[in-house]
Amino acid sequence: MRVNVTVNGEQRQADDVWEGESLLYVLRERLGLPGSKNACEQGECGSCTVYLDDVPVCSCLVAAGQAQDREVRTVEGLAEGDALDPVQEAFVEAGAVQCGFCTPGLVVAAHDLVNRVPDPSDPEIREALAGNLCRCTGYEKILDAVRLAARKKSAQQKSAR
Amino acid sequence: MSLTPAELTSSVSGGIGSSPQRPDGNLKVRGEYAYASDLWHEDMIWGATLRSPHPYAKILSIDLTEALKVPGVYAVLTHQDVPGRNLYGLEHKDQPVLAEDVVRYQGEPVALVGADHPETALRAMKRIKVEYEVLTPVVDMETAIDDTPLHPGGNLVRHVPIRRGDVSAKADVVVTGRYEVGMQDQAFLGPESGLAVPAEDGGVDLYIATQWLHVDQKQIASALGMPLPKVRLTLSGVGGAFGGREDLSMQVHACLLALHTGKPTKMVYNREESFYGHVHRHPAVLYYEHGADHTGKLVYVKAKIYLDGGAYASSTSAVVANAATLGIGPYEVHNLSIDAWGVYTNNPPCGAMRGFGAVQAAFAYESQMDKLAEALGMDPVDVRIMNAMTEGTLMPTGQVVDSAAPVAQLLKLVKDKPLPPPSGSVGSAGSAGVDLRNLPGGVSNTTHGEGVVRGVGYAVGIKNICFSEGYDDYSTARVRLQVINGEPAALAHTAACEVGQGLVTIMQQIVRSELGVERVTILPMDTSIGNGGSTSASRQTYVTGGAVRAACLAVKDKLAKLAAGRSTTDLVELLGDQVIDETVEWRHRATEPLDPVTGQGNAHVQYGFAAHRAVVDVDIELGVVKVVELDCAQDVGKALNPQAVIGQIQGGSAQGLGLAVMEEIQTAGGKVRNPSFTDYLIPTVLDMPPMSIDVLELADPNAPYGVRGVGEPPTISSTPAIVAAIRNATGLALTRVPVRPEHITNT
Ligand code: FES
Ligand code: FES
Repeated sequence: MRVNVTVNGEQRQADDVWEGESLLYVLRERLGLPGSKNACEQGECGSCTVYLDDVPVCSCLVAAGQAQDREVRTVEGLAEGDALDPVQEAFVEAGAVQCGFCTPGLVVAAHDLVNRVPDPSDPEIREALAGNLCRCTGYEKILDAVRLAARKKSAQQKSAR
Repeated sequence: MSLTPAELTSSVSGGIGSSPQRPDGNLKVRGEYAYASDLWHEDMIWGATLRSPHPYAKILSIDLTEALKVPGVYAVLTHQDVPGRNLYGLEHKDQPVLAEDVVRYQGEPVALVGADHPETALRAMKRIKVEYEVLTPVVDMETAIDDTPLHPGGNLVRHVPIRRGDVSAKADVVVTGRYEVGMQDQAFLGPESGLAVPAEDGGVDLYIATQWLHVDQKQIASALGMPLPKVRLTLSGVGGAFGGREDLSMQVHACLLALHTGKPTKMVYNREESFYGHVHRHPAVLYYEHGADHTGKLVYVKAKIYLDGGAYASSTSAVVANAATLGIGPYEVHNLSIDAWGVYTNNPPCGAMRGFGAVQAAFAYESQMDKLAEALGMDPVDVRIMNAMTEGTLMPTGQVVDSAAPVAQLLKLVKDKPLPPPSGSVGSAGSAGVDLRNLPGGVSNTTHGEGVVRGVGYAVGIKNICFSEGYDDYSTARVRLQVINGEPAALAHTAACEVGQGLVTIMQQIVRSELGVERVTILPMDTSIGNGGSTSASRQTYVTGGAVRAACLAVKDKLAKLAAGRSTTDLVELLGDQVIDETVEWRHRATEPLDPVTGQGNAHVQYGFAAHRAVVDVDIELGVVKVVELDCAQDVGKALNPQAVIGQIQGGSAQGLGLAVMEEIQTAGGKVRNPSFTDYLIPTVLDMPPMSIDVLELADPNAPYGVRGVGEPPTISSTPAIVAAIRNATGLALTRVPVRPEHITNT
């Protein structure tokens, strides 16, 4: 089958998609966007998190056909050219990236959180990231990164005003 | 005029002791870092592996006819297609690349398919017909030695005895115990994967996620029947390792398919296959007897330790040696009788995982220290401090601990930290000032604080750093210095694997500090340079760091020669268009084998120590545990990158928490019952408590910059500290990890 989908603002088309192929597979193997990761393909790890029409989802659980005519934003679509999104910057600065396999999913989940909640409390951060596994960091520096990202975001908004 | 090398280099930012950003950090947060599973090649095909459904069976026949008929299939291979030696292994060559007449564990590779789509490969794989004669599996590690022999030499992989002093010495208080450790999985997030590309010279180029390029290369070349130079490996992005990538997984398989079909071949395991596709942490049964005088001073320790190596040896020999030599923990005891056995069974193969051998022993010896404290009516930290080893202590092997061993100090550091506020306080999301999110069960709303009891527990552990027992453990580094665009620039190259820990950052930092050059490029890690050794045993900063430093010193020597007789100290002027390029092999001090009868010998290079305090809340009605705080103190010798050091300690502590309360590969009759992240749980951000970390920097005079390996020690003491806290809360004996709800509720 053919799937038409807007990815990171661009109209894309994937041909010969098999029944049962996930959005994750189509992004990674057919559209040349391997940024979203495939750590479990069972909805348990969050490494494949992307925005589907502005809502973060596990793309491994979304059938490619379900994305037809919808908007997808992946980790590759967060930075503006060379300028990292504040959430991305915060992850690097805080030391929240080790192997980095969890990072794309966490960055998308954290991006969604700090855009919804300007100054998230620790329990709010933990709840928002509960579906994203990280095996390397023990999460402390990921929490640091999200706190830092929230500060960066609000500073950015203040200076924009 | 002559200049000493030190005067030639100015200091620049981002050197050792600071925490510069990772060179791969930007790519990783942008989703542009190429992990092994992201690789793509024009015209590539996909490989799939048919695995044994039985833990132990004879293979009577294999029929490939139907599989070969599936459109899109390029090759279906069995052991008959392995051109070289169909046996490999890290320490013993006992594991077939593809099974021949027998399978020894559930998940053992039997056949391979190469096809144009991963789904095609799977469909064809399901059409391969294998006829098995199912045999009764050997599954009990304590009786395996006398059971059906699974390998030609029987079921004992290794026995390490340690005998010192007189264990019949008189003790006032004696405590005994039997302890069990379940099978833990590394659960790295990046699945096993790689891309094999057939080369024009008849060889193969493999892009791979691994922990040790050169040991892979050797094993692959032997299986392919090729000379080493025809098998070239390049490290691709590695999504965590923790020991689980020390053994081969799909390396030879992808190369076989690529060479048979002439097409680039990619293999990627899914999560279920990953559970079958790599070794796990050895489960263990440990019997201990500790005798002490009435003041609490240890008089003797006796121990018998069984480690289940599963179907193939992997690194079992080293695991057994660690369990034995580190078997009493960081304590001084003169009368010892320790035996550790590693055995073959038909359980999943077990090998390296962070802290191997030491993790299993620590759960037992630290449980014993708590038991001893209770028998004596002493404080558990006091009894540990009274027996703590120090610099100068003799190890059970008779080896003198010849650098800092601040065991007592680490314990005091965690003990003196303020305790967290009582259960469920802070915040107000729940009822009456209780935040459900801080209680056991969290927002599943299983308790509002009733039935919740608090406990505090302590533990301390010891780990050998680097490879032991006389192994020639070295790393190779190349450093190049030249002027590029009017600026001095350096380049560093090794084959030592970056698996997430941050070796690439450390290498840059060392070069910056040694050469005073800010621009440092790290070349991709590959086999075009000499061996970098394994990314394991907490050794890379020590050994590859040592090699990079030595290469820098060689470059500085050359620079000093250039400077001789000249008045400038400016690098750009001195170098002109000259290129200095030095490659150095660097090894740590030599170690010795253990005496096979007494277990005596200077077997280890260095020891690392960490201590934890755990605070837990336990819902005693439901058996649910919430770790409230997990603090750690560790001596790292010298923190080359303080941020990365804390990251290692927190990540290691988290894996220890996993083993304490949730992580276990459950087997029944040799079959794995939970090969998924739905059923094999690793800690989420909701399970992890705040962790405050104290870092000591007591330099080891034998090590480059005084460093002490960091990665493993925090994984060792975390588990027993948490279990001690649960015991403290509940009064239960808890002799097995992971602690499950039913162990607490007794149902
Ligand atoms: S890969 Fe989608 S949740 Fe794990
Ligand atoms: S950084 Fe490795 S899994 Fe999170």
